[in-house]
Amino acid sequence: MLSRVAERTYWAARYLERIENTVRLISVYDKLMYDLPTSVGIGWYNLITINSAEEAFDERYKVQDERNVIKFLLSEENNPVSVVSNLRFARENLRTTRDVIPAQSWVMINELNLFVTENLQQGINRSQRFNFLNGVIKICQQIQGLLMGTMPRDAAWGFMKLGRNVERADMTTRLLDAGVRAQLQVMDDAEAINSQQIIWGQVLRSLDADQSYRRAVRSSVKGHQVARYIIEDTAFPRSITYCLSAVKDSLEMLPHCKPVVSVVKKTQKDRLTPMDYIDLGIPLKDFLNDMQLDIAAIHSSISKNWFTYQ
Amino acid sequence: MTDIWNTYACEDFYDEVMSSPGNARKPAKKLVSYFKTLSEETVELHRKAAESTIKEMGVSFTVYSEQGNIDRSWPFDIVPRTINKTQWDVTAAGLKQRLKALNMFIDDIYNDQQIIKDGVVPSYVLEQSENFRKECVGFSPPLGVWAHICGTDLVRDADGEFYVLEDNLRVPSGVSYMLENRSITKRILPELFEEIKIAPIDDYCTQLFETLIVLSPRDIPSPVVAVLTPGIYNSAYFEHAFLAQNMGCELVEGADLVVKDDDCVYMKTISGLERVDVIYRRIDDLFIDPEVFNEDSQLGVAGLMRAWKAGNVGLANAPGAGVADDKVIYAFVPDIIRYYLKEEPILKNVETYLCYDEEQRQYVIDNIEKLVIKPANESGGYGMLVGPHSTKKERDKFVKLINENPRNYIGQPTLALSTAPAFVGKNQLEPRHLDLRPFVLQGKDSYVTMGGLTRVAMKKGSLVVNSSQGGGSKDTWIVE
Repeated sequence: MLSRVAERTYWAARYLERIENTVRLISVYDKLMYDLPTSVGIGWYNLITINSAEEAFDERYKVQDERNVIKFLLSEENNPVSVVSNLRFARENLRTTRDVIPAQSWVMINELNLFVTENLQQGINRSQRFNFLNGVIKICQQIQGLLMGTMPRDAAWGFMKLGRNVERADMTTRLLDAGVRAQLQVMDDAEAINSQQIIWGQVLRSLDADQSYRRAVRSSVKGHQVARYIIEDTAFPRSITYCLSAVKDSLEMLPHCKPVVSVVKKTQKDRLTPMDYIDLGIPLKDFLNDMQLDIAAIHSSISKNWFTYQ
Repeated sequence: MTDIWNTYACEDFYDEVMSSPGNARKPAKKLVSYFKTLSEETVELHRKAAESTIKEMGVSFTVYSEQGNIDRSWPFDIVPRTINKTQWDVTAAGLKQRLKALNMFIDDIYNDQQIIKDGVVPSYVLEQSENFRKECVGFSPPLGVWAHICGTDLVRDADGEFYVLEDNLRVPSGVSYMLENRSITKRILPELFEEIKIAPIDDYCTQLFETLIVLSPRDIPSPVVAVLTPGIYNSAYFEHAFLAQNMGCELVEGADLVVKDDDCVYMKTISGLERVDVIYRRIDDLFIDPEVFNEDSQLGVAGLMRAWKAGNVGLANAPGAGVADDKVIYAFVPDIIRYYLKEEPILKNVETYLCYDEEQRQYVIDNIEKLVIKPANESGGYGMLVGPHSTKKERDKFVKLINENPRNYIGQPTLALSTAPAFVGKNQLEPRHLDLRPFVLQGKDSYVTMGGLTRVAMKKGSLVVNSSQGGGSKDTWIVE
């Protein structure tokens, strides 16, 4: 497999995952904002913080309100993390890897592109937003299903899976981070306990993890247990532990994988150590920060090992 | 919707589908009676369905003048163009004959130049040919074949006969659009494929793959074949990806390849370097190897010519093959066929005046209003003058150009290009001019596509069919 094609396949998977995650995140926030008492003071702007896009946002908008945040995340062509931009990148990467991906996935990404272009306004207005977001998630999952069902388990598949899980791990840290931030914001509020329930419930939902959490943990939604579940669970496909082990599995099916595998193993060993979740504040924030750096290191190791031919 | 077919004005030119208003030609009879049964709304639905199919399939092309937009949807008209199979079989034989002779000509030109010594082709055409590559002199590729893939432009004149307008022996494009046109039609007019015996076209990619694999220097079970593309900003990138996908080959860019000291070509893979046996290059000669040609080229591969001449990689089409699609050489093709094959040409050329010849040049200048003037080495319909549609200023410019560089210009009579019905608006059916580009392959055997890519000049009265200049296309049916 060509190094360039490997790189583009990897990125195609990352962008696809990013689109689905961004949309999922908006849809969760949408519901969260309806439930939280307005006095709590959690703003839409948190979505910008999660994506580390404060600077880009502030350059364009003065008001940090719902409409601007949604516009920025969905339709802003100059914002590299917007759905529209990610879609463009995903499509360019798929366009240039058409020789290794199933032909139908090219058709589907075009469908997604058409759907998004034609219905973008729906996503921005609150009344129709649910249908739009849901439509995007649906097509993203169709594409995943197609790849799962038709792609041979060769190197191209390996890089797809790799991209998907690296992106997923990264996104999971960001979603947890959002929970921690929200939690810190409501600490002193009179309705804090109730709000915490709502916040962590939404973190679970944003990962589509609420049902499996309840079955696995058999307890009501409590912040420290949610955090533990999302970091440590070995069976839930979006938990950090699971994503890292999926990354390792995909690496092991690729040639000359040793140097990258050892980077992942190091993260697994050093970072995924028993942690005290009771205090959800600073220690967890630090952990998430370190984890994001580790994921970045795994990415550069992948890139150095396969994408840049010397 | 019988009305629009009955009032369809087709008397001025040879129409491919209708013989007179309301009456279809034989191969189109079932097609037209089917369309007559459709309501206005149904036709609109079909047109919309075609449009969205094209968007979904991502059939696109790039127009260089539209900066940044690499995604213009492929323009398509839903009424197929029909050709009688008996007539097509003769045409196909003519195309094979023509390519065979052209390949013998190219091989001769780079070696003994016997045809010049024998006075059949004058030496001046070579001395000033832009596509003659001195780097290829003394070389002969496997089987003596230089142009493995040829896209020949055919037009039908008022007499209903096919004429060859030009041979494209460098990097002809369009075949993927021909194939996609058929899949669109199959989706929107499925009923017709039951009733009409339409020759299938989908074996092209298999045939192309067979043609390429023969060029492998290594005798191994599965040689590595790659399609070399200039990248996504090239107007035909869609096609490059399409062909690689349908042949199961690698789609490579120049930066993916490297030629080592052993004069072999390698591609950079995730497991290190892997040898490449055959390259279907979709990059022009002058850009394929900065060591030999344009040294600033970022698109090519340094050392590719070295590897090819050492016999370590197969290249299709061979560098230098373009020498024969010079429009001055074109004028000699009938003689070239007689010279090498001792046969009469099956397909006719369009009458051509060579400006290099004093007498013919005078004729061209005197009659420039009636003629089409073409530069010898351009493609894509650029740099030409259509006399009857030109202004005095444009004509004066061309007279000047001709006098400055007579070798580089030819004149041809303006043909009454045939037409076919196209939907140009809701319930509006009008004749539009078109041409046909079949694709011819030559390796051990020869192959011609069943029909080809029909390109349509969508502007009323226009003769320019190039998609880069507002042309559209149609599915082409060879009907038994």
